[in-house]
Amino acid sequence: MINTTAINALLTAMADDALIQGHRNSEWTGLGPIMEEDIAFSSMAQDKIGHAWALYKIMQEELQGGDPDQFAFLRNEKDYKCCHFVEHPNGEYDFSLMRHFLFDHAEAIRYELLQQSSFQPLQPLAKKLKGEIKYHTLHANAWVSQLCRAGEESHARMQSALNTCFPLALGLFEPGGEAEEILIAEKVYPGEKAIKEIWLDKIYNILSVAGLNLPAEKDAEPVYGGRKGYHSIYLQPLLEEMGAVFRTDPAAIW
Amino acid sequence: MEVNEQNIYKALELVMDPEIPVLNVLDLGMITSVTFSDKGVHVKMIPTFAACPAVELIRRNIHSVLQDYLHTEIIVEIDKTESWNSNRMTETAKQKLKDFGIAPPKVYNGEDYSEYFLGTTCPHCSSKDTYLRSPFGSTLCRAIHFCKDCGQVFEHFKPLD
Repeated sequence: MINTTAINALLTAMADDALIQGHRNSEWTGLGPIMEEDIAFSSMAQDKIGHAWALYKIMQEELQGGDPDQFAFLRNEKDYKCCHFVEHPNGEYDFSLMRHFLFDHAEAIRYELLQQSSFQPLQPLAKKLKGEIKYHTLHANAWVSQLCRAGEESHARMQSALNTCFPLALGLFEPGGEAEEILIAEKVYPGEKAIKEIWLDKIYNILSVAGLNLPAEKDAEPVYGGRKGYHSIYLQPLLEEMGAVFRTDPAAIW
Repeated sequence: MEVNEQNIYKALELVMDPEIPVLNVLDLGMITSVTFSDKGVHVKMIPTFAACPAVELIRRNIHSVLQDYLHTEIIVEIDKTESWNSNRMTETAKQKLKDFGIAPPKVYNGEDYSEYFLGTTCPHCSSKDTYLRSPFGSTLCRAIHFCKDCGQVFEHFKPLD
């Protein structure tokens, strides 16, 4: 019997990251620099929010969790476990694209590894989501390499976005303490550090081809706190907006 | 209508995908099992993409079409043990897609997706001189391509692993 508290913590963090990143993606709807990018970010928003829902659904069905909609919209800020990286506003397109690139590669690796999870309900979902996220990384890779070849200003902005994003992105792998140790021992997943190592290799290769310098991990101060419920100043206003319609009548059937 | 496997499958052919109305749920490979119990007929289905907004509508459509056709209790459930991939789509489905103006997915065999976007055959003029414009299109399951020969944009049902 796998430790329910530990697995809940992992699933909540993954789902909350997907939910908040999904909402940030949706903020590009109607504002993208070209229509195809409008469609791309809107589609990725739909995927991410769907992925969050599927994870909340597993928590409901397998771990005595609550209704996915209520769980997504009605918690207090401290009960969300997303990392600061996804909470930050979209900023300009360079930041959004770089976050999308770093975030989606991390998710792709996480789901790839979760296909072998000892927590059986995760296996088919991980397989499915991994296949879908491949389209997100395909999109991110194409834009990162294209913008890095698009002249001096474009390259400089991508490098600067990478420098800004990197310490935040390390927050995706915030150590989970004892709960994480249990999950590793139970073979639910190989742990944050293992995912991070594969991620660093993966992004290093793509960024090098694009001519960008990946900052050294030892010089970066990882932005942690989200997994423990300590959030950036950006989360609370986002939650208020995100749940505004839902809260007008939580029992409504749409 | 007698309640037997053959008739159930015949009825399932009538349940169309709301986003691609030329394909039924069997063409798409969305049905994973049909079984019988004293409670009625159990149909298990899987969504194409996890966030597909049409899943609940399709589930209800399967229920109502089968009920009208067979006049018996129908239970439609999501099958959590299997996940959909584009190789589940039948050859007939691929021909129907092409006739509808959407390039069908190639058979997926584990390579990187980028390989699948080179030279996708244009459903309008059959040229292979095409390129991917965006892996995201009007629905989650479609990508946008451009054909250099006929100068037209076309959609492609994305291969999914």
